[in-house]
Amino acid sequence: MSKTQTRYSEVFMNGIWKQNPIFKQVLGTCPTLAVTVSVINGFAMGVATAFVLLFSSMIISLIKKLIPNQVRIAAYIVVIATFVTIVDIVMKAQFPDLSKALGPFIPLIIVNCIILGRAEAFASKNTVGRSILDALGMGAGFTLALLVIGGIREVLGSSKFLGTVILPATVEPMLIFILPAGAFLTLGILFGTANHFEEKKKAKEIQRAIDNQMGAKNVNVTAAETTETAEKEKEA
Amino acid sequence: MRTVIHMLATLLIIGAISGGLIAGIFDVAHPKIVQNAQRETERAIFVVHPEGKKQEKISGVAQEIYKVSDDKGNTVGYAMPCKGNGFQGVITLMMGVSADLKKITGISVIDQTETPGLGSEILNESFSGQFKTVNPEPEIFGKKGAKETDNDIVTITGATISSKAVVRIVNEGMAAMRKLKKEGKI
Repeated sequence: MSKTQTRYSEVFMNGIWKQNPIFKQVLGTCPTLAVTVSVINGFAMGVATAFVLLFSSMIISLIKKLIPNQVRIAAYIVVIATFVTIVDIVMKAQFPDLSKALGPFIPLIIVNCIILGRAEAFASKNTVGRSILDALGMGAGFTLALLVIGGIREVLGSSKFLGTVILPATVEPMLIFILPAGAFLTLGILFGTANHFEEKKKAKEIQRAIDNQMGAKNVNVTAAETTETAEKEKEA
Repeated sequence: MRTVIHMLATLLIIGAISGGLIAGIFDVAHPKIVQNAQRETERAIFVVHPEGKKQEKISGVAQEIYKVSDDKGNTVGYAMPCKGNGFQGVITLMMGVSADLKKITGISVIDQTETPGLGSEILNESFSGQFKTVNPEPEIFGKKGAKETDNDIVTITGATISSKAVVRIVNEGMAAMRKLKKEGKI
């Protein structure tokens, strides 16, 4: 019982950090770079992608045994395209402003490699429950990454957060951050930061392993030293 | 042969199901999408004609143009959606003019894909508000830096092309409306 639980949570957490679609797998960078001029755009894009990912992963893992191997990619794309079209239509009807801001990037979710990638690498090989968890994790990871990038770009580029001005007028907004170049800069710096922490963590683990080994020896050394000094004192 | 049939049948079934699903959702959502577009147009008309209360599409002309009247039924002017190329894509704006076509009552950008932070400043009141005081006859000019005559609009720093595109669209719109007026169609 406890074993399956940890494994399920691991499936979910993988998408958030260990295999984060943006920072670790570097998938779907086109919408990432293009739409993250503001927090709300990034959030809407993330949620739209997560929705498509969730439903297509679920359906694909349900029908995986019915699809002949030769046409599986075509079948996956049709399933994905259906959900993307639904999202596009619903957004146009319910959130016309957001739909306008995201423009052609909603229909382009169809070719977002995160979705086909998860369908091919995970949903077509795992049970429905695990596929749903994986899709939720990946979707959440993608949304989080877009929120962070959108937040940085909106604050630095237009001195706003969620549309309200937060920096004083004396701080000149750095326009480059809402231009395409700023997207590359932000993403690059975030990649670097993520890798830095990962490496630090790895280095720490290695250090700990070495310490454990050395620690065992050290105890012996100190023990030997104390006996030595004790003997010397006796002699004196 | 059996695999071929199996392949075809699978794709056919998947295609049919997804087609049906999309058609169903589209049926529900379509009226709302049309309504949204209409509401957007209506909102833009009353932005460019703040004292307008009623709007009515003028029929019998090639362009989409609206006659705006106040609550007593007097015509306060016209509103016309105009389009033109901007820096990166098409700019669509609603322009409002007084009944005698001598004054612009306002412009409101409906749709644009200009550079965020630079060209998109055409949405800003500090730019678009200038059209309310400009003299549209015989023509409006975009000037860098400062206004010289009352025909001038000060362009946005770093977005001269976008600013001039808006000026050009307004000029074209004015010309089209003057022509309609001359022909007695509005």
